[in-house]
Amino acid sequence: MSVDRSFVTRSKEENWMPVLELAVEEVFEIMVGCRVKPVAQTEHPPNEEYTAMIGLAGALCGILTLSCNAQTARQIARSMLGGTDNADTEVADALGELCNMIAGNFKNKLAGTDERCMLSVPTVISGGEYSFHSLADGCSVATVLLFEDAPVAVRLQLQS
Amino acid sequence: MDKIRALIVDDSSVMRKIVERSLRQAGVELEKVVEASNGAEALVALQHNVVDLILCDINMPVMDGLEFVRQSATVENAKGVPIVMITTEGSESHVVQALSAGARGYIRKPFTPEQVKEHVVSVLGKKL
Repeated sequence: MSVDRSFVTRSKEENWMPVLELAVEEVFEIMVGCRVKPVAQTEHPPNEEYTAMIGLAGALCGILTLSCNAQTARQIARSMLGGTDNADTEVADALGELCNMIAGNFKNKLAGTDERCMLSVPTVISGGEYSFHSLADGCSVATVLLFEDAPVAVRLQLQS
Repeated sequence: MDKIRALIVDDSSVMRKIVERSLRQAGVELEKVVEASNGAEALVALQHNVVDLILCDINMPVMDGLEFVRQSATVENAKGVPIVMITTEGSESHVVQALSAGARGYIRKPFTPEQVKEHVVSVLGKKL
């Protein structure tokens, strides 16, 4: 499936930040039971001990990531699953599913994108000693939201 | 509503738990919950379990949800059992594909317990 040029162009011409933020806010409110609000990244630099990622292929080609610290990841999993402590595998699974739903919700909000964009299965990496490098070198939309006073970073990086 | 037996199919164990929790939060009394992590596992599970309702993801490894819906039509224990898809794939073409394959309902993630309840009531034809 080839990359649709019009969507790459659209990503540069339209302001997709509010769409991405709304997609994140809705998923957190419904699935985590918590309201999150965008904040300035300079005041709340995200800690990326956990990064969940979803690949996008088709009309939109790139990657969507969600990053947070380990304590926040555990709290998100606890809220999603109903207040119990969870194994590390469940924490990763919960974060991956959250990222999956954000990606799906985001593409569903972009007119004409939904039908022609596929999502990969989620991947989650954890630990302090890693660097994230995406080969998607086009437009990037990134936001930081506060979840219980801790920053959660969401980044959409598109291939040009 | 009588207690129901549900088959929940999703490659994410967390999502299977969330779906079960949503059913309980929606007031659905569950007699038994059978879990499967893909369509192939679900077909095997149906050979050994009788259920009243199947809730199924679409994007899964080994066998996806649409293929499971098609193949379940030939499984004795699945005949007449309503299948509701629960997925992030919210496009109209996915809905049409799922309903054409034999699914009776379609819930987009993220979802609320109320949305699950609406679909369960709709496909089982009973009030909660």
